[in-house]
Amino acid sequence: MGIEQIFAAIPWETIIIQTVNGIVTGMILALIASGLTLIFGIMDVVNFAHGELFMLGAYIGVVVITTSGSFWLALVIATLVVALLGAALQITTLRPLLGRDPLTTILATFGISLVLQNYALWQFGPVARKIQEPFTGYFTLFYLEYPWYRLLIAALSAAIIGAFWLFLKYGKYGVWIRATTQDRVMAQAMGIPVPWVHTGAFAIGAGMAAASGVLFGPLVGVNHAMGLDWILKAFIVVVVGGMGSLGGSIAASIFISLLEAYASIWVSPAQAGIVSFVVLILTLLFRPTGLFVPTPK
Amino acid sequence: MSPDPTPMQPLVAVEDVHTYYGKSHILHGVSLHVERGEVVGLLGRNGVGKSTTLKTIMGLVHPDRGKVLFAGNPITGLPAHKLARRGIGYVPEDRRIFRLLTVMENLRTGLDRNGVTEARKQELLDKAFAYFPVLAERRNQAGGTLSGGEQQMLAIARAMMLEPKIILLDEPTEGLMPRMVSQIRQIIDVLQREGVAILLVEQNVPLTLEASHRIYIMEKGTVRHHCAASDLKVDDAVIHQYLGV
Amino acid sequence: MSLDLALQEPSPAETGRGGEAVIRTEALTIRFGGLTALRGVNFEVGRGEVRAIIGPNGAGKSTFFNCLTGVLRPSSGRILFHGEDITGLSPDRISQKGIARSYQITNLLPNVTTLENVRIAAQSRRHSWSMLRHHRAYADLIEKAEAVLESVGLRAKADELAANLSHGEQRNLEIGIALATEPELLCLDEPTAGMSTSETHETMELVRRIAKNLTILIVEHDMQVVMELAQRITVLHYGEVLAEGTPDEIQQNPRVLEVYLKT
Repeated sequence: MGIEQIFAAIPWETIIIQTVNGIVTGMILALIASGLTLIFGIMDVVNFAHGELFMLGAYIGVVVITTSGSFWLALVIATLVVALLGAALQITTLRPLLGRDPLTTILATFGISLVLQNYALWQFGPVARKIQEPFTGYFTLFYLEYPWYRLLIAALSAAIIGAFWLFLKYGKYGVWIRATTQDRVMAQAMGIPVPWVHTGAFAIGAGMAAASGVLFGPLVGVNHAMGLDWILKAFIVVVVGGMGSLGGSIAASIFISLLEAYASIWVSPAQAGIVSFVVLILTLLFRPTGLFVPTPK
Repeated sequence: MSPDPTPMQPLVAVEDVHTYYGKSHILHGVSLHVERGEVVGLLGRNGVGKSTTLKTIMGLVHPDRGKVLFAGNPITGLPAHKLARRGIGYVPEDRRIFRLLTVMENLRTGLDRNGVTEARKQELLDKAFAYFPVLAERRNQAGGTLSGGEQQMLAIARAMMLEPKIILLDEPTEGLMPRMVSQIRQIIDVLQREGVAILLVEQNVPLTLEASHRIYIMEKGTVRHHCAASDLKVDDAVIHQYLGV
Repeated sequence: MSLDLALQEPSPAETGRGGEAVIRTEALTIRFGGLTALRGVNFEVGRGEVRAIIGPNGAGKSTFFNCLTGVLRPSSGRILFHGEDITGLSPDRISQKGIARSYQITNLLPNVTTLENVRIAAQSRRHSWSMLRHHRAYADLIEKAEAVLESVGLRAKADELAANLSHGEQRNLEIGIALATEPELLCLDEPTAGMSTSETHETMELVRRIAKNLTILIVEHDMQVVMELAQRITVLHYGEVLAEGTPDEIQQNPRVLEVYLKT
């Protein structure tokens, strides 16, 4: 085959479409993973309930939209409510476990995840709900009618992450979070109320998960098990990106989502999911501290 | 040999404190005190419990038995961040500055407290930069990029941002070149002039004898000797016994 | 007798009883990135000797032990055990050769009895591939374990869970576990750390008892222990051998004092 024929055989349009899809999915994943990384980085807690906070956010979004009709109100309220819930959970179940064997916090968050899943099932029933997107509307991307809403998701996720990054860098409490993440003991010795910084960080992580839930809601059905798919991916992203590295998680989210999007050009999306596991295994074998983190010498 | 008791409450009093790390009995009944504005030296070999004593006062470890008092009030068992806000500053062995924060951000961690006006914060920063001009030069550099001596200065300046009544200094001259050691000596003088009391843990005997008003010597988890610094010379038998070979 | 920095290897007559070197290092050097933790260390211990290794903070004592026991691989230089080059061997191989070590931070199996802790260590020396005999059938192992417990003064606590022992007893059990592997060279890393004065005395007695049949290296900060137990002392400073000699010689060595008091 000549060069032109090879060129013609490559499905350029599909690739571009999948790039857009990959970035959209990647940004949502980044929002979820950022919260997870923040929580792990600052208090060494592997939050197995993170997917359920995402799911609860989506359900609260459903409830708010049904009563008020406003998507934006749903986004704000879901974020705040789940953030408060996260704070309450951290204070009651995780604070007493500080300093103990990490296995205890894993079990605790796993327990919370089971409780939340079953609560949602009991409260809302097994039938999936729908969140209506704030506006419908398409533009033509090659042969596809591409919804504007999907681009909005990516933009909003990026905005939220950006705002969070600015808070960390310049905000008064942002410095507290960064100091506590680096050296919990010296942060205390500087008068930083570390137990409250932990609670605050957990609340922020929970809020970010909830926001992702509302944003993602219109794309799929909202059901009690929706957290499970995402949490697995989010953990993979956090490990591949470098545990505790915010920039790494974001880069890894986009990287893995793009790879999966490209893979699903040729195989089914379910099979494309294998990509993330392959990346995880390769990372652990060759760059276990994270693909997007400089290797320690 | 024991100093005259002052009529007022000491600033910091440690009374018969026993501290454990797990089962390891590190402090076997330590008692000492520091008056306002005093420089007290705490000498002893490695492993005798000097750092643990400082950590106990700072609330980073809690004693199993015994009491710690600050300005007459019991503070045993209180968390470190509360004690920092009450006026106890801590400069640990190996400095432990926040490596990924800039010099400025390191200093800020001590400034963001209740009841401190923006004007006062600026005053404190200006003072820190006046005392440590090299920190002013590097104010936007990450802490981890500073040299050992600069990190030590940052660690001390950071503690000063708390406006402490006492600073616990753990082996500030360790690993520093002789030129820097004399700088540390000057810093101790500066702190003294500011009215800040100092509990100085050190293995550098001449420096400690020169800078301190009183000396405690520890061995195996207790205080074995206590006197005025002027009563001790570097080549005294007591020094040889507890610090030499 | 001059004590120049690392330039003079002790002659066989100076290395203690017998004089035959059990372990020797030649120009042992280890670097961690930009930091040289050990620099050209020439060290030799004769059979049956009790040698203490002391030095101020950061002198490289633990690093030295880690090199001898295979935990760290030196950057250059050699370690010779009975003349055999053991540089860079893994810790289990080194243990099989006859070098045992106790640790600074207690390293026991807490949920198993005192006797079991020692028996498991003893088992590493008498090993067979048979998976069918019940472990209690190894009567000789149990006898051996009991004998070791006797020598470290823990016979009475044989059936006590290791987690329930006092701190001093746990540290002595550490030594017992090391002894159970039938070593020729025993490396004790701060054996009296965290002990009260009476527990320290007991441990010192213990070391005196077992020293009759072994060569012992001790890293210690407690000078009383060092002065009373050691026949010879090696002083490390910033990764180099600063001085070596009998306790009296070291006490009178002006350079050593300088380094300790930072005068």
